[in-house]
Amino acid sequence: MRELSLHLLDIAENSVNAKAKNVTIFVLEDTRSDRLYLSIEDDGVGMSPEMVAQVTDPFVTTRTTRKVGLGLPLLKGAAEACNGYLKVQSTLGVGTRVEIEFQRSHIDRMPLGDLPATILSLTIGFPAIHWVIRYQVNDNEFVFDSEPIQRELEGIPLSDPAVLAFLKEYVETGVSELKPADSF
Amino acid sequence: MPAIKSLDDLKRIREEALQKRELKQTSGQAQVIVGMGTCGIAAGARETMKAILDAIQEENLSGIIVTQTGCIGLCEREPIVQVVVGEQAKVTYGKVTPAIARRILKQHVVGGQVVEENVIPLQS
Repeated sequence: MRELSLHLLDIAENSVNAKAKNVTIFVLEDTRSDRLYLSIEDDGVGMSPEMVAQVTDPFVTTRTTRKVGLGLPLLKGAAEACNGYLKVQSTLGVGTRVEIEFQRSHIDRMPLGDLPATILSLTIGFPAIHWVIRYQVNDNEFVFDSEPIQRELEGIPLSDPAVLAFLKEYVETGVSELKPADSF
Repeated sequence: MPAIKSLDDLKRIREEALQKRELKQTSGQAQVIVGMGTCGIAAGARETMKAILDAIQEENLSGIIVTQTGCIGLCEREPIVQVVVGEQAKVTYGKVTPAIARRILKQHVVGGQVVEENVIPLQS
């Protein structure tokens, strides 16, 4: 996967499969400390310590359709190659947190990519989940919270054309207004 | 530059959507499911999803529910899109590029004609 936003989509998909009701995604671009930090936190079923220890091993996966999972291991490798890390913390019955950090200016750092597309894909594709997606650049923040939007819509589906137009502009404007000039 | 959208805009959108819904109550609902497992995402499923959402918006198509699903075990055929129109059986499409996604929406979801050349035959 060529974009961090695609990895976020992929990891959030794990949260959905873990029966999470609430998922919070946080993206922080700190130009002063030159770090790019991402986290995905859910209240899904969680994992045992043994599973957590193995989860970045490509030959461990929860999927039943085949025996290899490459999402987390590849991302861990990419982060470590950029003076960063990938950490997984999980408690059975409580939830899981995945944290990833990169040196922001590192030449090999994967681009953040199309964050609005990932936000829209998740919120529209899984309307039953409460999504909070925070994008912070230094001290400024854009917070997307699916809950007040759903409440306001009172059952009108998110894939209604007028709602889609609203969501798209809302998310794209929110992200692009914060994006630093040197962002990639 | 357009004003930033706020949650207040949603109230108006809701009223409009409710009015439209009353007019269109007769037309059958359709469901479009995009495969978003690691395999799907790596094969470009998010762009396929985006094309579907853009087409719904541009063509002003209401009554279509778009959702996601994980890996269904056909990774080599990703991006996969499944379509259910009304009471009809689910149709599974493979290698759905954004262009093919738009075609499926127009021809199958709206027009009722299955896009045969992209169908993955599945035993059910």
